[in-house]
Amino acid sequence: MANKTAVETTLNGEETTFLCEPRQTLLEALRDELGLIGSKEGCGNGNCGACNVLLDGVLVNSCLVLAPEIEGRSVVTIEGIAEDGELHPLQQKFLEHASLQCGICTPGFIVSSKALLDENPNPTEHDVRLWLAGNLCRCTGYDKIVRAVLDVAQNNA
Amino acid sequence: MADTKHNGTAAYDLASNGKVDGDGTGQNGYKVIGTRPVRPDGVDKVTGRAVYAADVQMTGLLHGKILRSPHAHAHIRSIDTSKAEALPGVRAVVTAADLPVAEDKIEDLGEGAINLKYLSDNILAHEKALYHGHAVAAVAAISPHIAEEAVSLIDVDYDLLPAVMTVDDALADDAPILLDTLRTDAMGEIGAQPTNLASFFRHQRGDLDAAFADAHLVVERAFRTETVHQGYIEPQAATALYSADGQITIWTSTQGSFAVRGQVAEILKIPVSRLKVIPTEIGGGFGGKINVYVEPVAVLLSQKAGYEPVKIVMNRADVLAATGPTSGSNIRVKIAVDVNGKITAGLAELYYEAGAYPGSPVGAAANVSLAPYAIDNLQVDGYDIVVNRPRSAAYRAPGGTNAAFAVESVVDELAEKLGMDAADFRILNGAKEKDRRPDGVQYARIGQIETVQAIKNSRHYQTSLEGKYRGRGIASGYWNNWGGQSSATAALNPDGTVNLNEASTDIGGTRASISMQLAEALEIGYEQVKTRVVDTDTVAYNDVTGGSRTTFATGWAAYDLGQKLKQEMKRRLADVWDVSPQDVSYEDGIFYAGDESLPFVEAANVVQREEPLMASSTVHPQDFGPGFSTQCVDVEIDPETGKITILRYTIAQDVGKAIHPSYVEGQMQGGVAQGIGWAINEEYIYDDEGHLLNASLLDYRMPTALDLPMIDTILVEVPSPGHPYGVRGVGEVNIVPPAGAIANAVYDATGVRMDKLPISPANLLEAMWAKEAEAAGKPVPGDD
Repeated sequence: MANKTAVETTLNGEETTFLCEPRQTLLEALRDELGLIGSKEGCGNGNCGACNVLLDGVLVNSCLVLAPEIEGRSVVTIEGIAEDGELHPLQQKFLEHASLQCGICTPGFIVSSKALLDENPNPTEHDVRLWLAGNLCRCTGYDKIVRAVLDVAQNNA
Repeated sequence: MADTKHNGTAAYDLASNGKVDGDGTGQNGYKVIGTRPVRPDGVDKVTGRAVYAADVQMTGLLHGKILRSPHAHAHIRSIDTSKAEALPGVRAVVTAADLPVAEDKIEDLGEGAINLKYLSDNILAHEKALYHGHAVAAVAAISPHIAEEAVSLIDVDYDLLPAVMTVDDALADDAPILLDTLRTDAMGEIGAQPTNLASFFRHQRGDLDAAFADAHLVVERAFRTETVHQGYIEPQAATALYSADGQITIWTSTQGSFAVRGQVAEILKIPVSRLKVIPTEIGGGFGGKINVYVEPVAVLLSQKAGYEPVKIVMNRADVLAATGPTSGSNIRVKIAVDVNGKITAGLAELYYEAGAYPGSPVGAAANVSLAPYAIDNLQVDGYDIVVNRPRSAAYRAPGGTNAAFAVESVVDELAEKLGMDAADFRILNGAKEKDRRPDGVQYARIGQIETVQAIKNSRHYQTSLEGKYRGRGIASGYWNNWGGQSSATAALNPDGTVNLNEASTDIGGTRASISMQLAEALEIGYEQVKTRVVDTDTVAYNDVTGGSRTTFATGWAAYDLGQKLKQEMKRRLADVWDVSPQDVSYEDGIFYAGDESLPFVEAANVVQREEPLMASSTVHPQDFGPGFSTQCVDVEIDPETGKITILRYTIAQDVGKAIHPSYVEGQMQGGVAQGIGWAINEEYIYDDEGHLLNASLLDYRMPTALDLPMIDTILVEVPSPGHPYGVRGVGEVNIVPPAGAIANAVYDATGVRMDKLPISPANLLEAMWAKEAEAAGKPVPGDD
């Protein structure tokens, strides 16, 4: 059995130390070692975006990052998007617009949309669609997702 | 008169959408129905707290992995598991030898009947591997990585057989036979010889030959469509836990917890009373999460591993290779019209690839095929054919998209040759009340013509499309829908809220649409109803979330619960007020009798001082109305690459009464997005030996946000007479028209009639080049 290694990181704003096998991905470590099940595995090879997290503020597929790589870095997952018990505006608008059906892709979409709005608070519809092209949703046809993100952006303006 | 509501892009008001805005319908006096409240499970799903099947954790959990055949067709000579068993951390290895002997008996355990022998054989291959990806053995180990290593240590000795991949391969005179015991069932007549043709049927009426002979114009075309997958984002996953008393609990991602219970019971010969299935949140299904794949294997591994709990999570490659897909098909359509453009005869021949075991959706496809049209002389033939591909599963209006692609292409060509507007042609020939479906079933009130009218009157259709290589197409589609059986209970809380327990797994907001119907029935607020999806031990049998039935049938149970609670509350209040129950009335949330009155919330307390109040309901409604949809699409073709861009899309769908309009629109938009993927990109690509070459979400190319425009919806509300609130199933019919509509738009843009799906860049370019060569009088490239 593989030896475990200790990783020190900042996870959703909290300093955290955890043990993992060097071959475990960040997604596996989040889900299996840290109990953060909000990041989902839809494909395991970076094509669906359901596992997306922010690594030092940059959007990444956590299934393509090895867990030990986050040593000394900062990770924000879906569990860290709502603050002080208040839903993030994206979470609120996803609910109001019925932007989710089965909901499995939703954490990834919300994390990705946050990364977009952090970088570009006033995106066009095309900007949103281009940015979210790395996240697959099979239920909604994206219409209500794009509207929710544009609605949040409109309120930012 | 149909009531139509247009939610077009231009008119869409971001600020007002999504709010609970009172009566969203402006009619019928509904208070809750027609509004757009937030779903009860919403917060958990946007914060990452909702528990899906792969999220189930427990102490001592073992992890299962499945070894799959690398060959499409092979005898399994032997399986050596000794090296895998010797790997440290491995707790159990199983093969088909560990499965009980299955009965040669046909049962319907979900959506569609299957021979139990085949059901068992698909879980773990017995004598033959029948497709690339067919499960042959499984391992349980203390970590998923060890289980994966162990799987790679299993030696299987295969004797390769030629792969049978298509209708033509399978029906060839010298075709290798997949299933030695299979005989053709031709409408009850059983063939004598081994065959790959599992069944044949024919629907016919009138005098087809005479009608074709007398026709003003006949169009006949042959089509091919490829295998596609449902593409749910959550891979299959399940966990099995034995208790010391022999009770087994299964957590799984499924459209039907009772369907899982029934299948596992039959495959493993365990009484249903020993099985409890807990449906977790489900990350998409679309028909693909009715058949079991991993559940029986998890139970089997647990048995062999000393009854430790076992979890199996499929990976994406396995999902594509071994679950789902829906049938590829060969289809021939021939339709005749008279001089006025009236259809006089229609013929459809449907050859559907079932995958490795009988059971393609060709039966449903036959009903879809010519359903939107009133046709006196008709023949529809269906062929169910086994090939070395995964066992086909239901996929949203199963079989319908293939058939409608073919029929709607021919209909478009007829309208064009007649010089008629495509919408007018469909209105002239549209099926209505008392007309007959291809199999003879007579329609009650339906809304096909209304959907065409809605498209014809839409801003989209009324706005002309300019530009080279741009084109517009329309198409219609039908889906039967389903009623099915549902059961639910409702417990009244003393604070005036109601806990509703039901067993229809919630894939797209049905907790909300069911809560809303109980709230409406009780004339209380939506937020006063708490709907939970429960396990198989908690309520009686409940059919799958499929067939567009949940808001219809489980919603009906909710309505019924409301009536029962109301009636019992009146009876008890009559005792309290010392009047007869008939004298107690209920209006706008207040009970009245003479001078007495009591609001619902207070009554909930008063009526339960002596005895708690709970109601139960079981329903099996039969008069579900079928759904129709007509759709309009604008496309632009890149003549250099063959890529199709979807410029604009409008859906009109007969939705009965929209309970939660946002989720109705969502079903329509989602179904169309899947249909667009099917039409222009998605296909299983195999090599000559039957190896699947594109088992990843990079190469199996589903639409992204960038591939689609906003999708406009027109909700045509033709209330279904078969439901107290007029609900009609809305989930499926929307996927039926897109391929036909896009093919017709491609024709409008390029002059090329596509005879195959997908209309991928490569297929479209080839067709465009062939047309250019033909026009120039040159030999057609690739046509030897």
